[in-house]
Amino acid sequence: MSGLDVDLAVPDRVTAAFTADPGDVVAVIGPNGAGKSSLLSALSGLVPAQGTALLDGTDLLTQRVRDRRVGLVFQDQMLFPHLSALDNVAFGPRARGTGRGTARETARGWLDRLGIADLAARRPRQLSGGQAQRVAIARALVTDPALLLLDEPMSGLDVRVATALRLELAGHLAAYDGVTVLVTHDPIDALTVANRVLVLDGGRVLQYGSPAEVAHTPATGHVARLVGLNVLRAGDHWRAFDPHAVTVDLAAPSGSARNRWPGQVMSATPYGGVVRLVVRLAGDGPETGEDVLADVTPAAAAELGLTPGRPVWLSVKETSVRSYPAPAPA
Amino acid sequence: MVPATVAVLMLLVPLGALVIGTDLTDLWRQLGTDLLREALWLSVLTSTLAMLLCLLLGLPLAWLLARVSFRGRGIVRALVTVPLVLPPVVAGIALREAFGRTGLLGAPLLEQTGFSFPYTTYGVVLAHTFVSLPFVVIAIEGALRSVDTRVEQAAATLGASRWLTFRRVTAPLVLPGIAAGMVLGWARSLGEFGATITFNGNYPGTTQTMPTLIYVTRQSDRPAALALSLVMLAFSIGILLLLRERWLGPVGASA
Repeated sequence: MSGLDVDLAVPDRVTAAFTADPGDVVAVIGPNGAGKSSLLSALSGLVPAQGTALLDGTDLLTQRVRDRRVGLVFQDQMLFPHLSALDNVAFGPRARGTGRGTARETARGWLDRLGIADLAARRPRQLSGGQAQRVAIARALVTDPALLLLDEPMSGLDVRVATALRLELAGHLAAYDGVTVLVTHDPIDALTVANRVLVLDGGRVLQYGSPAEVAHTPATGHVARLVGLNVLRAGDHWRAFDPHAVTVDLAAPSGSARNRWPGQVMSATPYGGVVRLVVRLAGDGPETGEDVLADVTPAAAAELGLTPGRPVWLSVKETSVRSYPAPAPA
Repeated sequence: MVPATVAVLMLLVPLGALVIGTDLTDLWRQLGTDLLREALWLSVLTSTLAMLLCLLLGLPLAWLLARVSFRGRGIVRALVTVPLVLPPVVAGIALREAFGRTGLLGAPLLEQTGFSFPYTTYGVVLAHTFVSLPFVVIAIEGALRSVDTRVEQAAATLGASRWLTFRRVTAPLVLPGIAAGMVLGWARSLGEFGATITFNGNYPGTTQTMPTLIYVTRQSDRPAALALSLVMLAFSIGILLLLRERWLGPVGASA
């Protein structure tokens, strides 16, 4: 009864069924147009949806937006520009009938928890992106929602700010006893903040599992690339392998014939201590046209002249490949 | 450069001539007359009443046009702008056909209540409202459109009703637009001549506003007409100053 039990459809956008327990943080990942935002909008009530979305036993889809026990954090905050940070946060309690004094006191408490009590009097345009997002999170949490929806809360923030906020957010979400649904395109969000990952593609759920499961056996090439893994389809199976398991040669390697492909270097970028190549597979195999990630040492990259346009051969030892069943094609 | 200079001169020379042509020593005597005080008071009164009426009727219409998608919205919006391009005399004639003693609505109104709009101060307010409403509706609709609806959605997810959202979020954000619309409507009413004189005639104390007074004075007393015109010019510039932050580029204000 408690938690979230979703089985809904937004026509032509998304069809999704999943459940989550109180305290769960569900990361929703997938390419643009996969239906991530539609799912969030359906849960918050901003777009109509069919089916059910039971939150602690109550069907959200039959409730008006303002009656839902749902907090929504927008990608670009959507703070009230004419109200101070404090009054932005106090808006929810005020709208639900709390007196001004009590609402402000509660709001101040939340600004304090988010570490921005000193910014209470500022207007949104006087706040940095990270500060504004903290206000938006406080504004959503202050009404004590049973479901917290976050729409790409880190996007638009610069990397340092996003890193700090991600850590804080993880802390707040760990203390939050409702269900969180976090839409993100950042695998770090999905793998560090969430304990469930929902993979959407083409408007339907392709995978729903723990971050470890999804990272280990990604169900789509998109997710594989997000978690920095290569997957190639072989019949009804995915074959996954790490970029550092890929060997790069200028001539066709001898040995096992199965895992080797000709290709062309599309890009070469420093990545941590290695050079990450994106190689587009060529030849007459079924994988032709797929992009494969390959990590090589900077020395090897220089020695082999691995610059964009360079024809190469890739090979992977069979022992480095994980093979698992692929979901039915969308 | 030359056409641009000509354009500026074209706009400025008549106004300059008006200032130069006015006998400033005689100005105070002209401004002291009862006729002027009455007309000025009537102009300010009717323009203000018309402005409030425009707000009362125009705000809901602007909200509807900006926020609610309904069949025929484009047509309604087009119709609203008709008085904007309609010659004011035609507006006056049309108002007569509708609200005159024998008009479409005027006749039954007269029959039922004994009241009739033409040649009354109410008639002046009616004519002003007719010509000013489009300015108010368009200005407020534009302001409403500039408010991101997702800010309103945010309010809804926080538990606010539509009305509370409008009061606490939308209205404060469109207030500058509403104010601009009201000032514009007020200025349009203040200068209204054609529709008013056609619909209401020109009776001192009840329907004689500043523009009609200037018009009749011009025929008998040119210096007085100049003095009255100068007063109106001063009013107009005053309105422009009120709106300068919106139109003439903000001075240190955010866009």
